[in-house]
Amino acid sequence: MANLQSDFLGIKSPNPFWLASAPPTDKEYNVRRAFEAGWGGVVWKTLGSEGPPVVNVNGPRYGAIYGADRRLLGLNNIELITDRDLFTNLEEIKRVKADYPNHAVIVSIMVPCEEEAWKAILPLVEDTGADGIELNFGCPHGMSERGMGAAVGQVPEYIEMVTRWCKQYYSKPVIVKLTPNITDVRKPAAAARRGGADAVSLINTINSITSVNLDTMAPEPSIDGKGTHGGYCGPAVKPIAMSMVSEIARATETSGMPISGIGGITTWRDAAEFMALGCGNVQVCTAAMTYGFKIVQEMISGLSDWMDEKGHTSLDDFVGMAVPNTTDWQYLNLNYVAKARINQDDCIKCGRCYAACEDTSHQAISMSADRVFEVIDGECVACNLCVNVCPVEGCITMEAMPAGSVDPRTGNVVEPEYANWTTHPNNPGAVAAE
Amino acid sequence: MSQNSFTPGVVAHRLPADQYSDQFSDLHPPLNDHEALVAADRCYFCHDAPCITACPTDIDIPLFIRQITTGTPDAAAKTILSQNIMGGMCARVCPTEDLCEQACVREAAEGKPVLIGQLQRYATDHLQDQGVHPFERAEATGKTVAIVGAGPAGLSCAHRLAMMGHVVTVYDARAKSGGLNEYGIATYKTTNGYAQDEVDWLLAIGGITVEHGKSLGADMSIADLSARNDAVFLAMGLGGVNALGLEGAHKDGVLDAVDFISDLRQASDVANLPVGRDVVVIGGGMTAVDAAVQAKLLGALNVTLAYRRGRERMNASVYEQDLAASKGVRIMTHAVPVGLHGNGAVREIEFEYVDDAMTGTGQTVRLQADQVLTAIGQTLQGDDLPRLDGRKIAVDGTGRTSLSGVWAGGDCATGGDDLTVTAVAEGRDAAMDIHTTLMS
Repeated sequence: MANLQSDFLGIKSPNPFWLASAPPTDKEYNVRRAFEAGWGGVVWKTLGSEGPPVVNVNGPRYGAIYGADRRLLGLNNIELITDRDLFTNLEEIKRVKADYPNHAVIVSIMVPCEEEAWKAILPLVEDTGADGIELNFGCPHGMSERGMGAAVGQVPEYIEMVTRWCKQYYSKPVIVKLTPNITDVRKPAAAARRGGADAVSLINTINSITSVNLDTMAPEPSIDGKGTHGGYCGPAVKPIAMSMVSEIARATETSGMPISGIGGITTWRDAAEFMALGCGNVQVCTAAMTYGFKIVQEMISGLSDWMDEKGHTSLDDFVGMAVPNTTDWQYLNLNYVAKARINQDDCIKCGRCYAACEDTSHQAISMSADRVFEVIDGECVACNLCVNVCPVEGCITMEAMPAGSVDPRTGNVVEPEYANWTTHPNNPGAVAAE
Repeated sequence: MSQNSFTPGVVAHRLPADQYSDQFSDLHPPLNDHEALVAADRCYFCHDAPCITACPTDIDIPLFIRQITTGTPDAAAKTILSQNIMGGMCARVCPTEDLCEQACVREAAEGKPVLIGQLQRYATDHLQDQGVHPFERAEATGKTVAIVGAGPAGLSCAHRLAMMGHVVTVYDARAKSGGLNEYGIATYKTTNGYAQDEVDWLLAIGGITVEHGKSLGADMSIADLSARNDAVFLAMGLGGVNALGLEGAHKDGVLDAVDFISDLRQASDVANLPVGRDVVVIGGGMTAVDAAVQAKLLGALNVTLAYRRGRERMNASVYEQDLAASKGVRIMTHAVPVGLHGNGAVREIEFEYVDDAMTGTGQTVRLQADQVLTAIGQTLQGDDLPRLDGRKIAVDGTGRTSLSGVWAGGDCATGGDDLTVTAVAEGRDAAMDIHTTLMS
């Protein structure tokens, strides 16, 4: 069995699966049970400054988007940082860390953008013996209205400034958690690096309204007839998160910076994909909130089996492996030609590929009177929509045409050489081939 | 009561009194909201869906299921009922396993089709339970149409004609409307008086008068009806039953399965219905299965369904055959009845085994039988009918007969299987052709 032992910034954990800073990690009871269930680490739910704790709404805090069979695909929340007393949290963190020395315990922090505030809380956190801190610069609701959370994460200068304070007043690793509610995630990541951050974690939740109640005409979750945007997470946000992760992994100013991946991770495969894009570990929240702590068992067995199958003996073997293959559109090989292929043995004749292609794409699938669906190579641009809408996995595939064959759509011979847009004759700015 | 399953002869009250309501409750209890949403989520919304093609009334099944999914079951019901005004009954009695659900791509994919029939019932019940009739009549045309038979074909035709603005009179020989929906379907397929409720709901469109106790021949002729109306639609079904053609067929204990089924449906308390200890049903269709299963449900000790060919030739679907087997009915094949024995009342029935070509093997077998139910087909009755094709009224694709101004549909006419849903489709299509003819 592959070794899942994780070393992220020198922080050891038995596996790379951490619970993200969120309701599941709000207290000792949960965290102990999470560790017993098999989670490698936790990021304790965000602590605020000493004093009266924040208050939460006493109505619904979550809203959801569903797929078939009411499978939860997206969740949003309007819960704030911990509403428990700072010192209660600190005592619990200290006890848990002492009892679980081999598990990772990270403390998420959000205090006002003032040096004194950070200077006050950091020694208290240091004293817990926790393995590091994560700066919550991402929370998009409530706290951002008070100049914290995403309000900081949206200003690179603030990120750099606060990170620097943390490195000054705290001795262990500092992880900066980024908000996706910005235009270019590389800017805040670079700011974190300039401030001395040991790593970034992303994404925090996305501004969202999950639904509108058409009886009360209020967004949901609704509190006494009014709603507000919340933070969106769950499987639906995974593609957005992975894109942002890849941008940081690829950018010159941030490449090589350790990343903790967050955003809709639900299965071992999701985790492996984030790690392939450069994440040293991953953090999970919605999947645990949907199914309970037990899901980590599947993540552990799945990742381990896959690593065995691929011959990876440690996580480092595959972390970042997909980064070199993530590129800009202009570098994609325009000489590559594929065609859809429908496996008639697997086809259940639902005709969704036909409807999608005929109504919305390239009219490249034929339908016979007895419901045999076939690809018309002369029209197929290999867009993949048929693959995406087919309910049977693997029934429709994209097959590359061999070099030297003729694409019946264009009449052109498939060239063996790689050629991209930068040298394409249709590109007004093409660089002439030497 | 001292009777039980072991009591010889044909007696009532074989079961404890409190057992009957369970025995004859809904075969498929209605889906609740949660079950309906889970079932509806499995529909793939296929292109040009095979289930629609398989439905004799061409209900847009993917659309109505999507309407259930999106929380609009009444819209789903309208989608169903606009194609099939008896969609509620069809949801209960259609052999969906041979129609829409057999064609469902998830049957091909996983051997488990979307529960189309039960979803259809969910939607139509939702609308009808509110007493809502969603169709309105068009402006009056001044035309009148006479319909013979208030079964599925006749009522379907009547509703469509009334909707188009015509005035319709339906004549039916029996005391209640509904035809086989009321008299000919197993009790556990349509409980709580649904057949009458559906008729009442259907008639709520207005413009339809039903006259009971009026049969063709005895009370009126096609010529009379044609003379008094702008069009006539014949939908009287098959009023006769095929005879067994055996000596002793009049012995006590021998009766037509259709009468047995009808008595069950009309009984105020099924416990009062007598049933044999050893029941033999002759036939291989739905009527035979309905009779055999219900004989068992009434407490018969042994029920044998005897069919002259192999199981694969039975008109009853595999699902129905399995249902019978699961209720304890023994299915005996390749057996042709050759004799009824007994003094006054039947005691034994004798069969000869035949091969697939129906050639006798010379081997015979006798079964103990204190009740024999025959379900070997129904026949068209009446004189002065339009031209027949075989034993049914010959019609073209829109129900036109050889007589000008006379249409026919349902079991009395050629075309399609003898199913409720087919009758509804034929009634509807004839109505559209009648309308076009009268308005041109």
